[in-house]
Amino acid sequence: MIRFAYIIIGTAVLLLWFPQSGGPSGIASVPTVGERFPPPDFESGYELPSPTTPAPRQSVYEYVDTVVLFAALALSSYLVLRTRSRRAILALCVFSLFYFGFWRKGCVCPIGAIQNIALSIFDRDYAVPIAVMLFFLLPLVFTLFFGRTFCAAVCPLGAIQDLVVLRPVSVPEWLESGLRLFAYVYLAAAVMFAATGSAFIICRYDPFISFFHLSGSLNMLILGACFLFVGIFIGRPYCRFVCPYGVILRQLSRISKWQVAITPDECIKCRLCEDSCPFGAIRAPTADWPAYDYNKSKKRLAFLILLLPVLVLSCGWIGSRLRPVTSRVHATVRLADQIYLEETGQAEETTDASAAFRATGKEIKVLYAEVEDIQAGFGLGGWLSGGFVGLVIALKLIGLSCRRRRTDYEADRAGCLACGRCFEYCPKEHAKLKEAKQAIGES
Amino acid sequence: MAENKNGINRRHFLRDGLWAACLTGLGGTAGFLSKKTNAQNTVWQIDPEICVACGNCATYCVQEESAVKCVHAYAVCGYCRICFGFFGPEPHDINEGAENQLCPTGAIKRTFVEDPYYQYTIDEPLCMGCGKCVKGCNTFGNGSLFLQVRHDRCLNCNECSIAAACPSGAFKRVPADKPYLLKRVDRA
Ligand code: SF4
Ligand code: SF4
Ligand code: SF4
Ligand code: SF4
Repeated sequence: MIRFAYIIIGTAVLLLWFPQSGGPSGIASVPTVGERFPPPDFESGYELPSPTTPAPRQSVYEYVDTVVLFAALALSSYLVLRTRSRRAILALCVFSLFYFGFWRKGCVCPIGAIQNIALSIFDRDYAVPIAVMLFFLLPLVFTLFFGRTFCAAVCPLGAIQDLVVLRPVSVPEWLESGLRLFAYVYLAAAVMFAATGSAFIICRYDPFISFFHLSGSLNMLILGACFLFVGIFIGRPYCRFVCPYGVILRQLSRISKWQVAITPDECIKCRLCEDSCPFGAIRAPTADWPAYDYNKSKKRLAFLILLLPVLVLSCGWIGSRLRPVTSRVHATVRLADQIYLEETGQAEETTDASAAFRATGKEIKVLYAEVEDIQAGFGLGGWLSGGFVGLVIALKLIGLSCRRRRTDYEADRAGCLACGRCFEYCPKEHAKLKEAKQAIGES
Repeated sequence: MAENKNGINRRHFLRDGLWAACLTGLGGTAGFLSKKTNAQNTVWQIDPEICVACGNCATYCVQEESAVKCVHAYAVCGYCRICFGFFGPEPHDINEGAENQLCPTGAIKRTFVEDPYYQYTIDEPLCMGCGKCVKGCNTFGNGSLFLQVRHDRCLNCNECSIAAACPSGAFKRVPADKPYLLKRVDRA
């Protein structure tokens, strides 16, 4: 209604006030812009100004970031494995939070870079910038050598959560493992949506980005605040249950060359460190397996290995069945749906998107063909990501029925975030520090 | 004991093999991607032909003050005395009084050129990218006002949050050395 009034009044004013230039006439000269009023021929020697086009910010920043990232990773690894100083690790943590978080606004980060990598693998036209590639790869390589030292003190998301761990409570292992399944699903979904060019969901739902920008939508602020609040009691909830990059790092950390050692010496099983990890990553020594249990788990293992392909296939099938839902994340699919509804008369109102599409004069057939391609991508993506989740579930079950023998208190290779909190709980560490002090005193 | 030792050896061997495989894998990924990487970055930009000036640009940017601003393509402009990007739908008077203006922040400057033509200039620091003027100009005028991501302000987020909220799909990535999609008329 208002729009209508607007048009009437507008046209009236237009006719009243604009007789000189001959009204709307020269439409033909510009194809896309309706040139209702021909540009005037100035007599006073007026020069047409041209719009300014300020250049993008220098990409120098990105190279500086990469260098800082490398330096921080190297320093973090050194602090965790050699210096063994929680205080120094914490200091680096705070630096990373301010540099990568508040100063560089948490963008680009290795977690989000997963999506750029996925997109560039599947999309021929998208080339990933070199800095983004390094952001993705450097932490992985460092983890392969030194364990999760990226998570310890370099990741800004980890850092902001690490600072609020005040009253950690322990989470039962089965619950932790179950909740972590979400991170795998998130990873699979993020890769699928990125690879199909639909959305970068990791960036869209990054809970801390609004803190780093000190602005943002209310919903995201609330989400971030929730994570931080929960993080007071459950150490680093995003890292443990959500982070899609974290689950990749977990696997690499399992086979890393070096690893956090709780004690600098031999473990004397004093149990002092037992509860020192806020992330539940310290594993107690195991008793020998009773033969009866052992035989039972052997059978269970055989069954689970047979179950593996079944799980992979069925989850893959579910993933591909979800296609009508998942593909609607892609804007072009939503547009085509709307156009279809309009064409078949099921929708009367046009949307902004469909109006914009029609204004471009593109053929509907072309749009439908495009969407068919996208849909095919989602079908395949559904199979792959569903299958991946199925594989993870199967391997988790298998992991539960295998038992590793441990004689000492050890940091779990996958779950240890290398924060260094446990070091000072070990009496051997204190003995060592004392020795070192004495040695310095004597010399 | 001997059996135990064998077990450990086997495990170490497996682990080392896996480790080497992972490292090679990462190297391979780097190689594959760097064949595709170019130093050429991309940045976000609005396709002015698709933008419907919905107003989201003013509020959805991650920055307090949106990186999107109005740009004026002078070559397309009719230099109208009555500009529908400048005046509200029912102006009290045809002059620069604030009550007559459409722009909520008074970011458009109207200056007399020669009878009957007026130049309209965007005062960028004042503009908040709401697109009200763009809508007015597109609906009744030549469409010389349009929205653009200003790259001196844009942080080039990995996923632009306006792009995610844009109802018309007007945001796209463009090469960083051609970061603007300007409207223009090629006039001899
Ligand atoms: S788990 Fe993820 S969010 Fe946490 S520190 Fe590691 S990379 Fe960062
Ligand atoms: S959100 Fe999209 S349609 Fe709305 S004003 Fe911005 S570019 Fe235009
Ligand atoms: S009306 Fe909105 S978009 Fe146009 S100049 Fe004013 S603030 Fe900028
Ligand atoms: S890329 Fe980021 S800073 Fe730039 S316009 Fe989009 S949201 Fe704003």
